[in-house]
Amino acid sequence: MTDPRPAVRIASVDKIFRGRKGAEVHALSDVSLDVAPGEFVSLIGPSGCGKSTLMRLVADLDQLTAGEIEVFGKTPEQARKDQDYGIAFQQAGLLPWRTVRANIELPLEIHGVDARGRAARSDELLELIGLADFADHHPDQLSGGMKQRVAIARALAERPRLLLMDEPFGALDEITREHMQNELVALCKETGAAVIFVTHSIPEAVFLSDRVVVMSPRPGRIKDIVTLDFSARDEELREDSTFYDGVTAVRMLLHDGAADGARGVENR
Amino acid sequence: MKALAGTRTVLAPVALGVLALALWQALVVAFEIKPFLVPSPLGIGGAFVDTADHILDAAVQTGLNALIGLGIGAVTGILVAILANALRVLDRMLVPLVASLAVIPIVALAPIFYAMFGAAANTGRQLVAAVAVFVPMYLNTLQGLRQVEPVHRDLMRSYAATAEQVNRMLLLPGAVPYVLNGLKIGSSLAVISALIAEYFGGPANGLGIAITSSAAGSNYTVAWAYVLGAVLLGTLFYGVTAALEGWSRRRRRT
Ligand SMILES: Nc1ncnc2c1ncn2[C@@H]1O[C@H](COP(=O)(O)OP(=O)(O)OP(=O)(O)O)[C@@H](O)[C@H]1O
Ligand SMILES: [Mg+2]
Repeated sequence: MTDPRPAVRIASVDKIFRGRKGAEVHALSDVSLDVAPGEFVSLIGPSGCGKSTLMRLVADLDQLTAGEIEVFGKTPEQARKDQDYGIAFQQAGLLPWRTVRANIELPLEIHGVDARGRAARSDELLELIGLADFADHHPDQLSGGMKQRVAIARALAERPRLLLMDEPFGALDEITREHMQNELVALCKETGAAVIFVTHSIPEAVFLSDRVVVMSPRPGRIKDIVTLDFSARDEELREDSTFYDGVTAVRMLLHDGAADGARGVENR
Repeated sequence: MKALAGTRTVLAPVALGVLALALWQALVVAFEIKPFLVPSPLGIGGAFVDTADHILDAAVQTGLNALIGLGIGAVTGILVAILANALRVLDRMLVPLVASLAVIPIVALAPIFYAMFGAAANTGRQLVAAVAVFVPMYLNTLQGLRQVEPVHRDLMRSYAATAEQVNRMLLLPGAVPYVLNGLKIGSSLAVISALIAEYFGGPANGLGIAITSSAAGSNYTVAWAYVLGAVLLGTLFYGVTAALEGWSRRRRRT
């Protein structure tokens, strides 16, 4: 936590997708953003504004066109090879032929952790996500929310200092979703990991984040950043006026307005 | 309810089969059709019981050839598919070869194989079966390997998994239903090919040889009994591989 280096440094990044027949999509234009260790940063913006693309660049799942990205001071490729981040997507992406436990252990298995070490870690994680009783079930026996919890446990398996999450709760109903958000808050407190979190939900972004990055499309850029400074992220916050101020600030930015009316919210 | 539906799906074709056989028997008797034209089902049944020992011997020989061919064809089909999936160049190089294997009747290769391995060996027959099995195995496995979900591919990349790990933990398990379907198709092809290859020469054992020699000796009813043996052998191969496929599907619960 005392590491002065940012967890992620994104500097003047451009991403252009070149399709066939010379068609080009300017997905990201001059995007700069630093994420501090342990910080929770959400990306929000209309569909197609490049949120997933930005996350995939950090994860080294796509290559940037211009600019620079560092993850813990390394190239994204090196950070990926060093397993510095855990990742979760909107689709849980569990392997259907593996049990819940074996799914959680997949990254550990790939990195040569022995059976005993894997079992110890998956026991911890099953406990953490409250699915110890489902360890030997297969994914098709789980609800959407349970699957997503397994996917998050899998992302945490290697104790990463950075979590990348692309709409992980996007397919869940509102109640499950709030429940999962509470769990994620607890998880982050426990692990101290930095998080880049992509979402379409304004309340979700505000509830979870230290900073909400509002993006605009064509080309994808950062429009503004809303900083939130809540003392606690619990059920009471959801009813609190500072929370609503945050929601309003983000909503105004998304709807092209200025957020100057919002109190208790810092705009940068 | 389920058990009832199950018995119904079994009973319906059995009832149809019995009805067809009864009709066949009735027609042969009523019109006094000569056995060399169409023998009666009861006649074939009688010949089948009388020559059961010989039919079993011949079926074991042909079945063994088919089984060895199935094994060789399945293993090479899977391995080449894994390679072709990894190397696009190889895939493109193989397209015309596989396409030609798919259109030429593979038993046409039998005389060439007999010339290569000697007419006294069963190798030629096994190879004919293997080549026949290779085609559906290769095509099905390749299709299965390409059926990966993008999210799984991204995950494996994020784990910096090696190509071997991706194959072993993601691609091959994902391709299992396709591989088993290929094996089911291949199993029937193996029996048919091994049997027909016998028509082109080779050692004097097996169902195909028995059918031709019985027919040449005007023992039409016996020839039909051997054909019945071939049908049972093919059904056995298909049944076992289909059961394997069903068992795997239930186990995967997909
Ligand atoms: N592999 C690709 N090839 C070509 N264009 C792409 C590719 N991936 C994304 N794009 C384009 O880049 C732009 C940004 O896409 P991206 O998926 O990052 O948006 P997003 O903000 O995540 O949207 P959503 O909220 O719908 O998930 C879009 O215009 C999209 O069409
Ligand atoms: Mg997206």
